[in-house]
This record gives sequence, C-alpha cells and structure tokens, in this order.
Amino acid sequence: MTAAGLPASLAANPVLASWLDFSADGAVTISSGKVEYGQGVWTALAQVAAEELGVALPRVRVAPVSTGTSPDEGTTSGSRSIEESGAALRQVCAQARLAFLGKAAAELAVSAAALGVADGKIMMGGRATGLTYWSLAAPGLLDREAGPPVPVKPPASWAVAGRSAPRLDLPGKVAGGPRFIHDLSLPGMLFGRVVRPPAVVAELAGIGEAALPPGAVIVRDGSFLGVIATADRVAVRAARLVAGAARWHVTESLPDEDDLKGFLLSAPSEAVTVGSRHDPGAAASAARTLTAEYTRPFLAHASMAPSCAIARWDGGAVTVWTHSQGVFALRQAIAAGLGLADRQVTVQHAEGAGAYGHNGAYDVALDAVLLARAVPGRPVRVLWAREDEMAWSPFGPAMLARLSAGLDGGGRIVTWRQDVWSNGFIGRPGSGGEPRLLALSHLAGGRPMPPAPDGPPTGAAGSTRNAVPGYDIPDLVVTGHRLLAMPVRTSSLRSLGAFLNVFAIESFMDELAAAAGADPLGFRLAHLSDPRARRVLGEAAGLAGWPRRPRRDGTGYGLGYARYKGTAGYCAAVAEVEADTGVRVTRVWLAVDVGPVINPDGVINQVEGGAVQSASWALAERVRFDRAKITSVNWDSYPVLRFGEVPDVSVRIVAAPGERESGAGEVAAGPVAGAIGNALADAAGVRVRDLPLTREQVIGAIARS
Amino acid sequence: MEERELHLAVNGASHAVCCDPGTPLLDVLRHDLRLAGPRFGCGLGLCGACFVLVDGQARASCDYPAWAAEGKQVTTVEGLALAEGSLSAVQRAFLDLQAAQCGYCTSGMIISAVALLRASPSPDEGQVREALAGNLCRCGTHGRIVAAVMKAAARRGAPR
Repeated sequence: MTAAGLPASLAANPVLASWLDFSADGAVTISSGKVEYGQGVWTALAQVAAEELGVALPRVRVAPVSTGTSPDEGTTSGSRSIEESGAALRQVCAQARLAFLGKAAAELAVSAAALGVADGKIMMGGRATGLTYWSLAAPGLLDREAGPPVPVKPPASWAVAGRSAPRLDLPGKVAGGPRFIHDLSLPGMLFGRVVRPPAVVAELAGIGEAALPPGAVIVRDGSFLGVIATADRVAVRAARLVAGAARWHVTESLPDEDDLKGFLLSAPSEAVTVGSRHDPGAAASAARTLTAEYTRPFLAHASMAPSCAIARWDGGAVTVWTHSQGVFALRQAIAAGLGLADRQVTVQHAEGAGAYGHNGAYDVALDAVLLARAVPGRPVRVLWAREDEMAWSPFGPAMLARLSAGLDGGGRIVTWRQDVWSNGFIGRPGSGGEPRLLALSHLAGGRPMPPAPDGPPTGAAGSTRNAVPGYDIPDLVVTGHRLLAMPVRTSSLRSLGAFLNVFAIESFMDELAAAAGADPLGFRLAHLSDPRARRVLGEAAGLAGWPRRPRRDGTGYGLGYARYKGTAGYCAAVAEVEADTGVRVTRVWLAVDVGPVINPDGVINQVEGGAVQSASWALAERVRFDRAKITSVNWDSYPVLRFGEVPDVSVRIVAAPGERESGAGEVAAGPVAGAIGNALADAAGVRVRDLPLTREQVIGAIARS
Repeated sequence: MEERELHLAVNGASHAVCCDPGTPLLDVLRHDLRLAGPRFGCGLGLCGACFVLVDGQARASCDYPAWAAEGKQVTTVEGLALAEGSLSAVQRAFLDLQAAQCGYCTSGMIISAVALLRASPSPDEGQVREALAGNLCRCGTHGRIVAAVMKAAARRGAPR
C-alpha cells in the first residue's frame, strides 16, 4: 500500500526507480511523465532534482517519455507540470538521498546524521568518504516504493532551484540539430501522407484512375485515404494525384461564420451552474444594472510545425513515436479505437514544435498507425500538410459571455451574473471514455466525433475556467452553457475559457468603473481583498507608470487582472495600444505571482510568450470557414502577429516563496486580453466587445456609438 | 518531371543529387543531404522556418526548386557554425538570451539575422524587426530574438 500524504503523481507511480536512475556513472537520469514542448519543463525538473539530491545541474539528464518506462502523469497540460511532476520528483529525490545516506552510514558504521552530500559525493565532517551516489546505487537500492513523506528543502535554502538556468534543450535547437520528431529517421522508414476529405463532413464515393509514381501505394478504409511511398516527396506527389482522382459526397455542415452569436445561442446546450452565492440584502441595494456581451471566434493552434508521427507494426504490436502531450492517453485511444489491448501499443514521445493544447499530434499518430498497418515491419512516417494542420487540428471554441452587474449608490458591485456559451474544451483522446482520434470518424463503420465534454463544473474546467470573477461580489451566479452539437471540432487551447472569460470580466470591470466614475485601478482594488491579487495589480501598475503615462493622441492604456483558474497563479497586465489606421499593441507590462519559482528566466519566457500569443489572438486571429470547410488553411488566411506587430513585453515576478507552486504558461492569456481591450477603449473612445479587435470592429463600434 | 543529377554547393561542400529538378530545395537538404536545420513549416514560403542563405540572401527553401540553386552557394544553419569553427555570434547570442521556446523557428530566425548583419552590421531595432518580417514565431519569443540579434551585432561591432 502506498504511503499517505505523497504527491499524487508519486502515489500513482510509487517505485522510486521509475523516477531516478544512477546507472550512468556521474550522471542522474530523471524520468517524468511530463513532456517537453518548448515550455522548458525539463530544465525546471532537472533543477528540482539537482537541488534535492545535492548534485550539480549538469549531471542531470532527462529521459524521453515513453509508456514503456515513464511514470504515468497523465497529460502535460493546464500549467500543472511543476505542481505535479515537480512535487513528485522533489519527494522522490529527498527519499533517494536518505536511502543513499542510510546505506553509506551502514557501510561506514556511522550515524546517517553525521553524513552529508556534495555534488553526489557522500561527505563526513567536510571530507569525502569515498562513497558516492553511483558507488552506492547498485543494485536495486531504489527498487522500492516511496515511504511516508520526508521533509524537502525549503525554498529559502535552494541553491540550484530558484535561480535562472539555461534551457537544456536549446543548444541543440540553436545549432540546427536533429531534435524534432520531424528529423527522426528509422531504418527502412517509409513515408505516408493522408488525403483528407475536402470538407468537414464528406464521404468518399470513389477514386478514379490515378497514375501513381512507382512504388507508391494507396491505403483506403472507408473515407480514410492515404498513400505510402519510399520518400516524402513521392508521397506528396502521390497524395496530390489521389486527391485529384477522389470523388466525395460533401455535406454542408458548418454554421454562418458571420453569425457566431446566433450559432452559439441557437445550438442545443446544457446549462451548469459553476458559481453561486446569494445576498438578498446586497442585491436589493442595486441602484442600476449594466449588461454586455463579449465574444471570441474559433481560434487555431497554428503550430509552427505540421503534426508528425511514426508508427511500426511488429506482429500484433505497434510502436508509435509522437509529439503529443499525453502518451498514455494516446496509447489507450489507439488501443480502444482499433480493438487492441493497451499492452500491444507502445507510445514514445519525441519533441515537436510548440504545442498550445490539443492540436493534431494525436490524430497524426493514428494516421501513421493505420498506414503502417499496410506494411508490417516497416516504420511509416506521416507528416500533415500545413493546410491539414490548420483545417483538421481541433480548434479552441468560439464563445459568448453575457455579463450583467448591479452597482449600488456608492458605486460598488453588488450583483454579478455571467452566462457563457461554448463548445467543450475537453476533447482530448480518452475524454468522456471516447478515443476521439480524427481518422476513427473516417474509417468504414466509424462514427462521427462526439461533441467535446467540458470537464467537471468546478469553475476551473473548460469553457467556464475563470468565469467566476475573483472580485469581492456578494451576490453572484455564473452559468456555463455547453453546446451539444459540434459542427467545428473543438478541444483544449491554452488557458481554455479563461482567455474570453477574463477578457469579458476585465472589459466589464472597466465599463462598471466608468459607470461608477472610478479609476479602473482603484475600482478593482476596492473589490479585491486578496493581498496577493492587490500586490500584482500594484506592481504591474507601477511598472507601467499607471494611472496615466504622458499620452499621445490615439494612444490608450488598459488594465487586466486574474488569478488563473481562481486557484493558481496571479497575473496583472497593463497594455499600451495605438489606434489610428489600425490597432497596435505597443507595450505590455506584467506582474506575476506563481508561488516559489524554480527557473525565473523560464517563468519570464513563458509569461512573455503567453502575453504575445494573447495579443495575437486578441488582435488578429479568427478561424474562417464556409458552410462546408475550413478556409483559413495557411499563414496568409490565418494571420498571426509578426515582428513588426508584437508588443514589447516586460515581466516582473512577485516573490511568494511561502506559497504553493503553480504554473506560468497560461496566467497571462486572460489579463493581457483584458488589458488590450481596455487600452483600445481608452485610445479609441469606443468599446469593442467582439474579438479580434480589428480596425473594422473599431469602425463598427464608432458607427454604433 | 524526369530525374536528373543536380550539382549543389551546400555549406562549402559540393554534392551531386539525383532528383526531379523541381523538388523543393528544402526536401533535398533534409532528405538527400540529411541536414535537419532547415525545418518544414508551411511549404509556401510564408513562415520562414526553412530559411537558408542562397548566395548570402535569406530565402525560403520550401518553395525554391532545387535546380535554381545550382551554381549558387547554399548555407544552412549547420553551415554557420562550420564556417566559424564554433557556434556563430548570432547563435551564441540566441543562447545567451535564451531566445527561443520550442526552437522550431530558430534556424530560420538565425539565417535571417545572419543575412541582415552581413548586409548591415549595426542595425537599429526597426531594421531587425523588418529583417525578421518573413519569420513567424508562435511561442511569442519575438522580444528575445530581437534582443539577441542586437546583441550579436554589438558583439561583432566591438573591438576584439
């Protein structure tokens, strides 16, 4: 039985040796269930291990994640890696350290209390004993389950953690080396391409004559169509020929892209209350009520690299190389989808380009498995075309938030109602017991992708993440309306519903402040008793020179604040926006409090990136479609912010060493969007409530005002 | 189209490659010459991940037919380090400032920066942003990348 009180990841994977390996002399190899995709988590986890074991950071290596060897820590998502894997590794290393010291004490016939560790060497009285972790490790010292929790080093005594460390993965990337799954080359590898339907809903009626290049073969199963060839360039040519020869029955299944509000409000939905508190006295004191609606369109992951995977069948078993965020979930989904046992599927992680949620990585893995099934024993690599990456990866859902609040005679918020309409965000493989892999819906006898669930109604899941404002409001009801139809496939995109909910709440806070005749900062502080919230707001405002920097015509400033998920990291942002011939965010200042920080520069990099991505969503991004198909399929039809358009970003970390650790990757999304919306309103004198905040939206708002 | 032998000068070495001459240069570099540095991003020259130097100019290799590179000097990110015996000044600056997250766009960024600094050794920030206009980054590391290019320029300009 597993000891009580251990971190959840460790309790689920209690054998110490599954986390730590000392078999390479002078090196420590850590195994985590969390994957690296550019967020720097491996570096931070290595710092945690180095700190707790007492070894120099360069000694720590990180093993690739595999269902065969790694602890199962679920999906690498939700900014939970440090919270979960960090906590587990820290406890593993603390217990391992004690185990080593205990063994050394026995060998030296001294008390373990007399011993210490310096860079892996066992020390006594300041002198080396000749024993090291590596001399003591064999055999099987760590082949046992974790015991009851032991004390770990407090942040105040950290020497390796808590200091900026350069990323372990960057030297190879900067040198242009073969680091990515796209660069993997296995012996005998073949190259596959998938010919996707020409519309979201389409059935393959037949394939005419196609003179394929020599060596290329077609794989067809129902409406799943692919080709395999000896080189990718041949597969690309074959796929083009097959696409030209294929005949499809197309069904128009998509809503009107210019009436997303109508779609969201008219589609069948289920309502869930995610927050409510009642104070009839306060509610009765409302002197006036404001109401407003805010929307976002569907958003794309638009990863820099098209999704890629390799699969190889050996007898009844298949091995898959993937850059997905959840190797264990992918294994189960492939097994469930194809009627295999989990043990017949091994999934190995390899690095991909940046992932911002549930993109095409899982789906391309099944594509590779299906194509590889036609050529047993040969690995088949499948790379999606850019156009398929944009059209067939799941999207972040379109959303509508309707807010209404009552102000009393003194300008205090006394009531708040928030209703959020959205498709579900939790559409990853395995969610709701469904494998949810794209090709399964195209196979003969396959079934349509079921609408995405939205997670439990905790106020932190799915579309209602951050829908409950963090402000002190006595009477409040927040309701999520999850759509039960999913014409456009949706799933997790960085920060889930927090991006729109915080944009809506923070925009509305400014509208309420204006109605109350109050400064936006003062108005927020008047409704925020949490001292950590007040600190980040004060720090961000201070960085930006709030309340008003010397201002030019057409320039505005705005604030945004949220505590991510209501329970995780705090973030406040100030944006500077220029609105003249276009809308441009020129500066963003942020203050974040994510508790104790392992790698400060890593946190700053994540917050900077989160701020820039949020600015890109807020200003530029919108998935386009007609009634049958996605039409934003490359960077010209799905523009994101470029070098000339991105803001300068300044980040300050507010120290909070005594608090719980939390992730930094998603804290900025909502506050930055809110700050930009408010800065635009300040600059242009009109409020734009529909994202993206384009010039056309501003002109429309001026016309309506 | 029929295959034929193409003669390419890549990173200072000459290579004979038998392929359809219309094959994108990127595919020849990655598949035939086993150079992983130039990355495939979009296939239309819109994102910059596949940038290489062709006679010193940064350009997309994904929509550039291999035949067009004959008789020209092609340099990939791997070739920058070769030329200098260690990482180039731009690459070192990228590491110094940790100017990446996922790193998939990094090769192309470095190529654009090198082309800029060869043409304009002391650019201002606006010129750097302009030189990187054809390179997309989805992780949001733009500020660090601009700072890294400025740092590389300052370092090259400094007396040794």
